[in-house]
Amino acid sequence: EDESKEEDSCSEQNRASRRKNYERNNSDGKKVGEKGIQPRETGKKAPTKDQKESANKVKKTNKKGKGGENKQKTDRKNSTSSASSNSSDEESLSEEELAMLMEQVEQKKKLISTMRNKPWRMVKKLSVLREAQAFVEKFEGALGKGKGKKLYAYKMMMAKKWVKFKRDFDNFKTQCIPWEMKIKEVESHFGSSVASYFIFLRWMYGVNLVLFGLIFGLVIIPEVLMGMPYGSMPRKTVPRAEQATAMDFSVLWDFEGYIKYSALFYGYYNNQRTIGWLKYRLPMAYFMVGISVFGYSLMVVIRSMARNANESTADGDDENFIFSWKMFTSWDYLIGNPETADNKFASITTSFKESIVDEQESNKDENIHLRRFLRVLANVLIICCLCGSGYLIYFVVKRSQTFSKMQNVGWYERNEVEIVMSLLGMFCPPLFETIAALENYHPRIGLKWQLGRIFALFLGNLYTFLLALMDDVKEKLAEEDVVRNITHWTLLGHHNSSMGNGSTAAPPLLDPADVPRGPCWETTVGIEFVRLTVSDILVTYITILVGDFIRACFVRFVNYCWCWDLEAGFPSYAEFDISGNVLGLVFNQGMIWMGSFYAPGLVGINVLRLLTSMYFQCWAVMSSNVPHERVFKASKSNNFYMGLLLLILFLSLLPVAYTIMSLPPSFDCGPFSGKKRMYEVIQETIELDFPLFVAKIFSYVANPGLIIPAILLMVAHVTKVSYKNSMRKIPIKLKMTGHPSTCLELLTHFNLQRITVTHAE
Amino acid sequence: MGNKQTIFTDEQLDAYQDCTFFTRKEILRLHGRYHEMAPNVVPMDYTKDPDVKLPMQLIINMPELKENPFKERIVESFSEDGEGSLSFNDFVDMFSVLSEMAPRELKAIYAFKIYDFNTDNFICKSDLEKTLNKLTREELTAEEITLVCEKVIEEADMDGDGKLGFADFENMISKAPDFLRPFLPGPVQV
Repeated sequence: EDESKEEDSCSEQNRASRRKNYERNNSDGKKVGEKGIQPRETGKKAPTKDQKESANKVKKTNKKGKGGENKQKTDRKNSTSSASSNSSDEESLSEEELAMLMEQVEQKKKLISTMRNKPWRMVKKLSVLREAQAFVEKFEGALGKGKGKKLYAYKMMMAKKWVKFKRDFDNFKTQCIPWEMKIKEVESHFGSSVASYFIFLRWMYGVNLVLFGLIFGLVIIPEVLMGMPYGSMPRKTVPRAEQATAMDFSVLWDFEGYIKYSALFYGYYNNQRTIGWLKYRLPMAYFMVGISVFGYSLMVVIRSMARNANESTADGDDENFIFSWKMFTSWDYLIGNPETADNKFASITTSFKESIVDEQESNKDENIHLRRFLRVLANVLIICCLCGSGYLIYFVVKRSQTFSKMQNVGWYERNEVEIVMSLLGMFCPPLFETIAALENYHPRIGLKWQLGRIFALFLGNLYTFLLALMDDVKEKLAEEDVVRNITHWTLLGHHNSSMGNGSTAAPPLLDPADVPRGPCWETTVGIEFVRLTVSDILVTYITILVGDFIRACFVRFVNYCWCWDLEAGFPSYAEFDISGNVLGLVFNQGMIWMGSFYAPGLVGINVLRLLTSMYFQCWAVMSSNVPHERVFKASKSNNFYMGLLLLILFLSLLPVAYTIMSLPPSFDCGPFSGKKRMYEVIQETIELDFPLFVAKIFSYVANPGLIIPAILLMVAHVTKVSYKNSMRKIPIKLKMTGHPSTCLELLTHFNLQRITVTHAE
Repeated sequence: MGNKQTIFTDEQLDAYQDCTFFTRKEILRLHGRYHEMAPNVVPMDYTKDPDVKLPMQLIINMPELKENPFKERIVESFSEDGEGSLSFNDFVDMFSVLSEMAPRELKAIYAFKIYDFNTDNFICKSDLEKTLNKLTREELTAEEITLVCEKVIEEADMDGDGKLGFADFENMISKAPDFLRPFLPGPVQV
């Protein structure tokens, strides 16, 4: 019923617009056919002489290539009349006229698709849209003349349906985005820079959800459903010695006991080449999923960066427009709350006053030498701090190795590493800030330095931790050789002793819990990362709870009976620390990437963490924080954080790649046990599962002599593309500098360059 | 396909979707907001395209605009008669440009209109003074105001005519860092 109503109104519209066209034709003094106005797409009309002349004129003007829109509109009157006469006359529709008509239809379509970007009044937009749509609809049918008509009409119908489908899908997608209202609420109270943290958090949640889906669906589920169950193999069973304490909460909290021997960790997986009736290649899947986690993350981060880069065309260090920007870009249009608005007005006024003072004092004499000395001193102090923290972590990790060999270790000794790392992460940044007061930088530059130092701190800590872990791994590898021998002889001994009874029955297998185990370094690494992540989560939440909520409660309720005004002075309410939180998120993700190869369950834990973080932090922000007092022009563009994320991605790829390439996998745990190197699973799969010629192709392709030129070619292509893009932007930038003569010269120069580049393709 | 609604015809909704950055649901929601400002005046049935305009006083009391120092100018720039009364078409147009999906160039065009208080297609010194006073709620002294306005013209005026044309304005705005996200008729969400 709807469809027919649509059709009726559609045809009504067409009739109306065609009537308009025909009326215009009449007003131009051109003759329409005597048959009168009929809503047919084609009607026989003899082309009059003037119509043909006007057609030629239109052809000429079109050939000159002036596709200007105004010209298009004025020509449209002539062209529609001539085109309508052409379309009606089948014989006279030449190639040229067809091409011209097609071009006009294309232009109309382009106009329709960019209608929303035009700065016209809505009424004008609506009427122009209606005209353009009528024109397109009328002549699309006419274009499909001859043999291809049915096919053309069908293609057009499919294109229309596709556009409609895309629109419905986009509408549906926007309904699916979670937490939109929550973020809008935060935005209206705190401004957009705080909300940008939550948007980043939501994006991270999406990425982690996809990674979790990959790992869960392709690795964990197949092993759990189709692999050997718990208790059937040594690697899947808790050893006899540990079984007494395996269910204790303290043991479980350390991720030992039953959790260690579950699908959460690397060691659980069997190295059987195919499992189940599906012949699912689990080791291969494990390896490929590990690689694709990095691949997908890389793709998503780069795509996001590219999208952001398209939007920001300027470099942020331009100091030429301070007052102009303050005047025109300081009001945050998202503010809907009167209290926030008051704050904003106050901060804008303060900011203007500060800039005025700066402007008036800009010629003041400063002691440059003193300032330089202080800055050098500050940097030296900070480097000492960084080295100190790095050493502390190394020392603590080494100590934890000796602890793990002792019995009766207390809770503190067990968790010392995580505690120290979290404490360092909590106390060093404020320390850096106090030292940075010596430097006396502009706040924006000071913030950049601060962020850089915190980044160096976290990075240093992480890598020291990794190095210490590597030592641990190497030790375990040495130990493994010994254990391997012991296991081998134990099994042999057991076999012989059971055969010694003289029975011909099959020897009873040694209970899996009794088989001596290798140290399984991969699971240890996985456990370390999981513990680090969990302690990081706890420290973050406790910091928010105490540092924001308890503090707000204290300030609010104790203020009645305290000597000084707690709300105005120290400690007052907390502000939301955007950069600290974003950095924390970025580093947390780095740890996840590093650990997910050895602990497939880690990504699941991270998904839960991000989910609870969203709700928890939204609540904490709304209940305990106040909007920022200073109108901080230090709001970073999203690309800075994306760039950080990309860097962390590469840095977390390195250790994983190193361990895959150069360390031998444990002999008795994990999907690669028994191989000399983990990547051998690929060779094995190619040899056994693919036809012969594929193996040959791979052996040729893997030749370095082929790979290196391919990489160079890719680099060359990327350079050329980015060069072309920057070429395209330069003339636009030049136009802005307002120096006509040089501009023209440079413009022609660059245009020539661009032409040569495109010709060279 | 959506609910059966009788506020707009399907063609009207499609046309609005083509001419703005809004989805079908958002357009219907906008109509709801427009209607609830003056339920006796705004009809529920817009299929015949009724000629109804709401005065500026009602529009600037919307929560999205209430705290904005430039609310009167915003509404005036989108009204057809320049007095600030908006028909539904203008209303939708206004929120479309203010939404976060509108491109920078489009926002810059309307920003220029907003800051041009005397609508002479130039942002002259008096326009700058009015902007500054609205931004700081008149907390600056007269010399401070003069100083700032002179600095702005000095920084942004490229062709030396003592006032900012659209080219100057666009040039200056395009170089601003973080321009796109919140500032300058920024993402107002309905």
